[in-house]
Amino acid sequence: MLLKKYKYYIYKKIIFGIILIIFLIFFSILGISIGDYNISFSKVIEALFGLGNDTTKVVVWNIRLPRVLAAILAGISLSISGAVMQCILRNPLASPFTLGISHGAMFGAALAILLLGFGDIKNEIIINNPYIITIFAFLGSLISVKIILILSKLRNFTPEAMILAGVAISSLFTAGTMTIQYFADELKLAMIVAWSFGDLGRINWNELYIIFVVLLFSFVYFMHKRWDFNALESGDEVAKSLGVDIYRLRLISMLISSILVSVNVAFLGIIGFVGLISPHIVRMVIGGDYRFLIPLSSLFGAVLLLCSDIVSRTIISPVVLPVGIITSFLGAPMLIYLLIKIYK
Amino acid sequence: MILSVNGIEFYYKSRKILNNITFKVNRGEVVSILGVNGAGKSTLLKCINKILKPKKGVILIDKYNIEELDNLTLAKKLAYVPQKFSGNYLTVFDYILLERKPYIKFDITERDIKIAEKVLKLLRLEEYAFRYTNELSGGELQKVVIAWALVQEPEILLLDEPTNNLDLKNQLEVMKIIKNISYSQNITVIMVMHDLNLALRYSDKFIMLKDGFIYAEGGKEIITPENIKAVYGVEVYIENIKGIPIVVPID
Repeated sequence: MLLKKYKYYIYKKIIFGIILIIFLIFFSILGISIGDYNISFSKVIEALFGLGNDTTKVVVWNIRLPRVLAAILAGISLSISGAVMQCILRNPLASPFTLGISHGAMFGAALAILLLGFGDIKNEIIINNPYIITIFAFLGSLISVKIILILSKLRNFTPEAMILAGVAISSLFTAGTMTIQYFADELKLAMIVAWSFGDLGRINWNELYIIFVVLLFSFVYFMHKRWDFNALESGDEVAKSLGVDIYRLRLISMLISSILVSVNVAFLGIIGFVGLISPHIVRMVIGGDYRFLIPLSSLFGAVLLLCSDIVSRTIISPVVLPVGIITSFLGAPMLIYLLIKIYK
Repeated sequence: MILSVNGIEFYYKSRKILNNITFKVNRGEVVSILGVNGAGKSTLLKCINKILKPKKGVILIDKYNIEELDNLTLAKKLAYVPQKFSGNYLTVFDYILLERKPYIKFDITERDIKIAEKVLKLLRLEEYAFRYTNELSGGELQKVVIAWALVQEPEILLLDEPTNNLDLKNQLEVMKIIKNISYSQNITVIMVMHDLNLALRYSDKFIMLKDGFIYAEGGKEIITPENIKAVYGVEVYIENIKGIPIVVPID
C-alpha cells in the first residue's frame, strides 16, 4: 500500500526530470538555430549529424554549439554547487555568487590573465594556458571559502549574516579586479567588464572539455554523497549519529564546489544567481531529497541558463547582452523572496 | 550488560560538565536520566553517541570501546534522537528512509521500505507519510523523530526528551510505544526525561545527575522525596494512585 504510494511519489519526480530533459533538448536546438543568421530546426539537426552545407556546419559546430554547451555545463555546475553549499552550510541563501566565491575566482583569473601574462586581450579575452588560469581562479575562490568556513563555525552566525559577509567578500574581490582593470586600456576594459558579467560566447572546445571533466567528477562525488547530504539536512548531530563524517564531508564538498565554480568563472566569467535559483525552484516542486535535488537542479539550471542566453541574444538583437545581466534580473527577486520567507 | 560507562569526564571550555560518571545498563532496560536543566543530561547522551568526546573515561558498548568503533558500525548499534528538530523540505517517508542510511549500500531496497512502512504503522503516521516535515505540528514531528530511531534497528536507543512538545494523549502513546519496543525487541532505551511522572511510570532504572555527578542510581526505590529534594530542590510527596506512583510537588 505505502510501497505503491512511494513508487508513485518517486515516479512524479522522474516525470519532472523527463519534462526538463525535453525542455533542454528543445532550447538547445532553439539556441543553435537563432543568431545573426537563422538556421532552421531541421538544418540544425542535419548539421549536428554532420550533414548539410559547410557554412551551416561551421556556424553550428564552431560558434553556436560551443555556446549552447557552455550554457548547459555552466548551468549544471552552478546549480549543483549552489545545492550542495545550501546543504553543507545549512543556509538557504548560499550559492557561489551570494557568498563571493565566484568573485574570488574572478580575481584570481584576472590576476593570472592580465598581470602575470597567462593570457591576453585582443578582440576578446585570450587564455594561453587554461590550466594555470583555472588554478589561479581556484586559489582566489579558496580565500573566500576559507573566510566562509571560519565564519560558519561562529555560534549564532545566521544565514543572513553569512550573506552580508558574502557581500563584503565579493566587494573586496571586485575592488581587486577593478584595480587590475585600472591598468588596462579602454578596449581591454570593455572586454573585462563584459567578462565579469558572464560571457558565454568566447568559449572554445578545449575549455568546454575541461569544464566537462571537472563537472563529471564533481557530479559523481556529490551523487555518491546524496544520503549524507540528506542526513546533514536534519542537523549535524543526527548526521553524526548516522555515521556521517560531517567535518570531512563539509570540507571536501566545499573544495569540490569551489573548483567547479572556479573553472566556470575562469572561462565564462561570473554568472550570478543560477546557483541560488535552481535548487530553490526544484525544491519547491519535488522537495529537498538530495537523491533527486542534485540531478534535477542540474537539469533545471541548464535549461535556465540556456533560456537566459537565448533572451540575452534576442532581446535587443543584434546587441548581445552578457548573460549574467539576465540571470541577475531573475535572481535578485528570488533572493528578496527567500528573505521574506525566512522572516515570515 | 550492553552499555558500560566508566569514569567519564567532560569539559565545555574550562567548565566541567560531567564528573566521574560511571554506570552500567543491561540489555532491554529503559533508563531515565533525571536532573535539573544544565545538569549535564544531554551532554551525557551525546558522549555515549560519540557526538561529543569526553576528556577522560571509557564507554563500552557490547564490550567494544566506542572510540575504536567506526561511525557506521556505531550507527547500527545506536540511534539518537536530538532534543530540537525543526522540519524541512523532506517528506516524512524520506526522513524515515534516511535513518536506514547505515545499512544503505548503493540505494534503498524493498526491505528498507518495508521496515519504514512497519514503523509508520506502529506510530500511526501513515497519513503523514508524504507530507513535508516542515508542515507538521510539534507533536507530529516528535513522533516522526522517534520513528526514525526505530527504523535504524538499533540495540540502544538514545532519546533526548522524547515527550517534548507532545499533548497528554501523545505523551502516553509515545511512552507506551517506547516501552513496548524495548520489551518486545529487547532494545535498550536511555532517555533524558523532565517529566518525573512519565519517567517513573515507564522506566526500569534511573540515573539522577546533579552538578555533573551521579547523585543516585538504581531502580524505582531511589525516586524518594529526599532524593528529589536534593536534586531538584523541590519538596514533593510520592503517592500511589491505582498502583501508579505520582510525584506531587508541595510548595
